[in-house]
Amino acid sequence: MQGYIIRRILYACISLFLLSITIFCLVRITGDPAVLMAEPGAKEEDLQAIRREFGLDKPLVIQYVTFVKSVARGDFGKSIYYRTPAFDLYLQRLPASLLLASVAMTISLILGIPIGILSAVRVNTWFDNFGKIFAILGLSLPSFWVGLMLILTLSVYLNWLPSSGAESWKSIIMPAFSLGWVFAAAHMRLARSAMLEVLGSEYIKLARIKGLSERLVLLKHAFKNAVIPVLTLAGINLVLMVNVAVVVESVFAWPGIGRLLYEGISFRDFPVVQTTVLMGGLMIVFVNLIVDILYAYIDPRIRYGT
Amino acid sequence: MEHSSAVAAGQTFPGYSVPDIPWWKKVAVRLRGAPMLPLLILATLVFTAVFADFLAPHNPEVGNLRYRYRPPVWQDRGSWEYILGTDHMGRDVLSRLIYGSRISLVVGVTAVIVAGIIGTTFGILSGFMGRWVDQVIMRLTDAWLALPAVSFAILLAALVQPSEWNIIIILGVVYWTRYARVIRGEVLSLKERDFVRLAIVAGCSRAKIMWTHILPNIANSAIVIATLQLGVSIIAEATLSFLGVGVAPPKPAWGLMLAEGKSGLMAGYWWLSVFPGVCIMLIVLSANLLGDWFRVWSDPQLRQL
Repeated sequence: MQGYIIRRILYACISLFLLSITIFCLVRITGDPAVLMAEPGAKEEDLQAIRREFGLDKPLVIQYVTFVKSVARGDFGKSIYYRTPAFDLYLQRLPASLLLASVAMTISLILGIPIGILSAVRVNTWFDNFGKIFAILGLSLPSFWVGLMLILTLSVYLNWLPSSGAESWKSIIMPAFSLGWVFAAAHMRLARSAMLEVLGSEYIKLARIKGLSERLVLLKHAFKNAVIPVLTLAGINLVLMVNVAVVVESVFAWPGIGRLLYEGISFRDFPVVQTTVLMGGLMIVFVNLIVDILYAYIDPRIRYGT
Repeated sequence: MEHSSAVAAGQTFPGYSVPDIPWWKKVAVRLRGAPMLPLLILATLVFTAVFADFLAPHNPEVGNLRYRYRPPVWQDRGSWEYILGTDHMGRDVLSRLIYGSRISLVVGVTAVIVAGIIGTTFGILSGFMGRWVDQVIMRLTDAWLALPAVSFAILLAALVQPSEWNIIIILGVVYWTRYARVIRGEVLSLKERDFVRLAIVAGCSRAKIMWTHILPNIANSAIVIATLQLGVSIIAEATLSFLGVGVAPPKPAWGLMLAEGKSGLMAGYWWLSVFPGVCIMLIVLSANLLGDWFRVWSDPQLRQL
C-alpha cells in the first residue's frame, strides 16, 4: 500500500513537471513580451530594462528554474496587464468560478441522477428512450450554444433573467445551466448503468424474495448503491468544471477564472495565462491522485495489480 | 489449405447458378440496421461541402450593406433572395452555412486523422515496446490528460496565427490521448497472441511486426474512436472560432457566425444564432449516433448483448 502511494505521488510529480515545462515553453515561443509591455515606440534601452525586470534576458533554462522556484513559494509572477501578482488575480476570481461550478454541479445531479435511475428502472420503455435522447443531446450541444439559446429565450423574449454579469442570484442560473447540461448527460449515463448493474445483483433479488415492496427495494437498497459511482465522478467533474468554464464564462461575462484566462490570452498577459492553466492542471493531477489512492484503499485488487 | 479452395469464386455448378448480386445490394446488406437519418445528414454535409460553389446563392464573404439584418423568408421583410436572412454585414446566412460546412468537415475530419495518427503511433509503441518507452509515453499521456483540454487548445490557438491548418494541428495535438490509452491496452493483449510470437520467432523486425501484424488488428478500434471523436473536434473547432482564436474572419465558420451573431442577439436577430448552432448540433449528433452504432457493429461480442 505504501509503495503504491509513493509510486502514485511520483507519477503525479512527473505529470506536473511535464505540464509546467510544456506550458512554460509554449508561452515563451511566441513573440517578445517586452515589446507588448512597453509603450509603443519605446527605445531599445527601455525594452532592455523591462526584460531585466521580468528576467526575460536570461536563457530559457535559467528562466525555467527561477520560475519553478518562485512557483514553489507561491509566487506566479506579476500580471503584465494589471501589474499585480498573477496569483492574487487568480484567487480573486476563484470564488466566482467555484460558485458557478457548484451550482452547475447541483443542476447536473438534479437532472442526471433521477433520469438515469428511472431509465434503468423502466429499461427499454419510452422513458428509457427519452433518457437516451437526453444523453446524446447533452454530448452533442455545444455549451456556448445552449447559453446563447437560453439568452435568446429567457432574456430577449421573456425578459426574466439578465443576459450577463454577476449582479444578483438570477445571473447565475443561465451560465450554471449551460455548464451543467453537458455534465448532466454524463451523470445520467453513469447513473443508468450503475443502477442496471445493482438491479441485477443478488442482494436485490434477495430483497425481492423477502417480499419487500418494490418501493423499498428501489429506494432503500438499490438507489444508495447506484448513486455512489455517480457521486465519485461528480467529485472529479467539479474540479473539471472549474477549469472548462472558459467558453460559458465568456458568453455570460461571468467573472471567474475562465474569463481571466480568456482576458490573459487577449492581452498576451502570460503570467496570468500560465497561472490559470498550471493551477488547473495542478487541481486535476491532485484530484486524480486522491481518487487513485482512495480506490486502492477500497479495492485491494488495484494496489496489488500494479 | 486445399479443402477451402474447393469452391472457388466464379465456379459454376450444373443446374445451379449463383445469382449476380448488384453492388448496391451488397452495400445495403452491410448497412442493415445502421442509423439512416444520421447517415443521411452526414451525406448531406459532405454533399454541400463538396458542391458549395454550385449550391450557395451568394458570395459568403461579401455582403450588401443595404440589406443588413434581413430576417428569414417567412418573416416580415424577409425575401426569397436571402432565404435564411442576412447578418450584420448583409451577407447571406444560407451561403455562409453552406461554405461553413466545408470548414467544419475539413477541420473536423483532418483533426481526427491527425490525432488518430499521433495517438495510434504512441499507443502501438507504448504497448509493444514496453519498458521505458511505455513509461515515458504513459507519463506523457497522464500529463496531457491533466491539462484541461479546452483551455489548452485555446492557449495553443492564441499563440499561433489563426488558420484552419493551425487548428487542425492543435486539435490533433490536444486530443490524441484517448487513442493512445485504448490502443495500448489492445496491443498489450495482442502481443501475447501466437501470431505475434511466431512472427518474432520467424525473425521479423519489431517495426515490421508493429506495421503488418499489430496495426491491422487495432485499426478497427482506431476507426471507432475516430468516429466518436469527430463530434468532439467539430465542437472544439466551433468553440475556438467562437472565442476568436480559431478560423479567422471573414471566413464562414459556424462558430465564428455564432460569435458574430451574439451582438445581434439582444436586438432579436435570432436567425444569426439559431441556424449555425442547429447545423453544429445535427452534425455532432449524427457523428455520435453513427459512432455508437459502428462501435457495436464492428464488435460481434458486443452485438450479441
